[in-house]
Amino acid sequence: MWGDPRKGPLLLVAMIVAALPLVLPNTFYFDVAIRIYLNAVVAVGLNLLIGYAGQISLGHAAFLGIGAYASAILTSRYGWPPVAAMLVGALGVAVLAFVVARPILRLKGHYLAMATLGMGIIVYIVLVTESAWTGGPDGMAVPAFGAELVGERRWYWVAGACLLATIWIACNLVDSPIGRALQALHGSEIAAQVAGIDTARYKVKVFVISAVFASLTGSLLAHYVGFITPQLSGFFHSIELVTMVVVGGMASTYGAVVGAAILTVLPQLLSTFEGYELVVFGLILMLSMIFMPKGLVPNLAGWLRRS
Amino acid sequence: MLSEFFQFLFSGITSGSIYALAALGFSIIFNASGVINFAQGEFIMIGGMVTVFLVKLGVPVWAAAPAAVLAAMAVGLALDKLAIEPARNAGVVALIIITIGASIFLQGIAQVLFGKGQHALPAFSGDVPLRMMGATLLPQSLWVIGVTVVIVAAMWWFFSRTLTGKAMLATAANPLAAQLVGIDTRFILLLSFALAAVLGAVAGIIVAPITLTSYDVGIMLGLKGFVAATLGGLGSFAGAVAGGVLLGIAEAMAAGYLSSEYKDAVPFVLIILVLFFLPRGLFGARVTERV
Repeated sequence: MWGDPRKGPLLLVAMIVAALPLVLPNTFYFDVAIRIYLNAVVAVGLNLLIGYAGQISLGHAAFLGIGAYASAILTSRYGWPPVAAMLVGALGVAVLAFVVARPILRLKGHYLAMATLGMGIIVYIVLVTESAWTGGPDGMAVPAFGAELVGERRWYWVAGACLLATIWIACNLVDSPIGRALQALHGSEIAAQVAGIDTARYKVKVFVISAVFASLTGSLLAHYVGFITPQLSGFFHSIELVTMVVVGGMASTYGAVVGAAILTVLPQLLSTFEGYELVVFGLILMLSMIFMPKGLVPNLAGWLRRS
Repeated sequence: MLSEFFQFLFSGITSGSIYALAALGFSIIFNASGVINFAQGEFIMIGGMVTVFLVKLGVPVWAAAPAAVLAAMAVGLALDKLAIEPARNAGVVALIIITIGASIFLQGIAQVLFGKGQHALPAFSGDVPLRMMGATLLPQSLWVIGVTVVIVAAMWWFFSRTLTGKAMLATAANPLAAQLVGIDTRFILLLSFALAAVLGAVAGIIVAPITLTSYDVGIMLGLKGFVAATLGGLGSFAGAVAGGVLLGIAEAMAAGYLSSEYKDAVPFVLIILVLFFLPRGLFGARVTERV
């Protein structure tokens, strides 16, 4: 298993997840770890779309927001059990993603960026405006996932298990015929079509899969934090998600995990630059893309190979 | 009934003029470099904010406005030299993130310099509304529409009658061929950023008396400018202007007749519907992909 270039790192991540609670000093660090794991789930899913299939989405936070609000509304107003709410939310997102995927993914480059961005902003505006359901811009409270699942230390294992399952699924997907078809269409869509790949079908598939990952994470995040606002589905959050994928390294599942870790920890570190958070965050975003346009993990890997 | 319609039409053309100027900026930079400059909205913010603060310091508007335009131009040149040129070989997604990083950076600077509050600029020629076809029209709206018409005319003259303008069009059509006939494409790129910054800053200044200005005003205006540019077809100047005005009118009509709460969603619903049927916008070139 260690020799396998994809499964070996999975074992490493599993060991880190298992060992980390031994060294984390208090619940604040557990909280950071949980957020890293949950963000990484979204980033790994989004990386399937951006990194492997080569299709950009500037509106993925919308799916996360829909998942979160589906869980919040169904459990708090209708008394649904959290698991059922979460699954119905994911199903709703899957249907929505499936319906919009075909016309949207027909678009290319900047037009695709525009359409996904527009979709994200529409969802955000709906969540802000329908305040009778969503609590409007102030957000709404979300009941706990269950009597047993409270506190950072329990949530840590849930988030860790989700991350490992996600990486495992993503790695298998990438090595499957679907994964190879996606990479072919990333290289050249027309060449892939000529080779007999139904590119539209695969693009829709991966779009739906990545949207469902985002929705499930949104539901978990809502229950974990206990309070959500429309900001969860905002433009800026979508950009953060894309940045996780790109900073870590596109077309690298572990790169997406590293990117999620960086983008989660960075705002915590930046809170020491009181008043200058935006300046420093913007600067880091620019510099990392100028000097490492391929992302951190592929750059490091190339550097290791050379030395 | 009709007066209501004209009221919406006037307000639509006013905001549409601003979208048109922003969209022109997007198209100019896109043509020269293939980059969608998500920091375009920040030029609008810089124009408005710098003018407001110079006026507060006692500088008259006629001096503050050109100074703000120059400030935006300097930022545009720096953006190209320091962020876009060093990343020439980066992919589309990396370039999008670089310009978004620049946009966040500029918002951060504005927040540090000018604070988080909203600021108003006095109207250029009074607040007494004019009556026209049963609707009221602010004098500032006439300023917005008038300045936009002058700028669009100047742009048309520049691109069709001057050598530099034609060199920019040639670069847009084929950068390599443009280089071969002796066009300095790096200079063209720099010029594009300067021009886009000027257009954005002017838009920000003339609109500031109508909508208040703040450090984050550029986000929505920039995104709507991007919508307008896409609506008209990326890279088409006539399309950008038409897209901007069309967007402004559609937004005002929807806000007036349908729902004012969903006013900000209108451009995005519109662009998605248009792209479903015309994947390259209303006036975009029909091209065949080469393999």
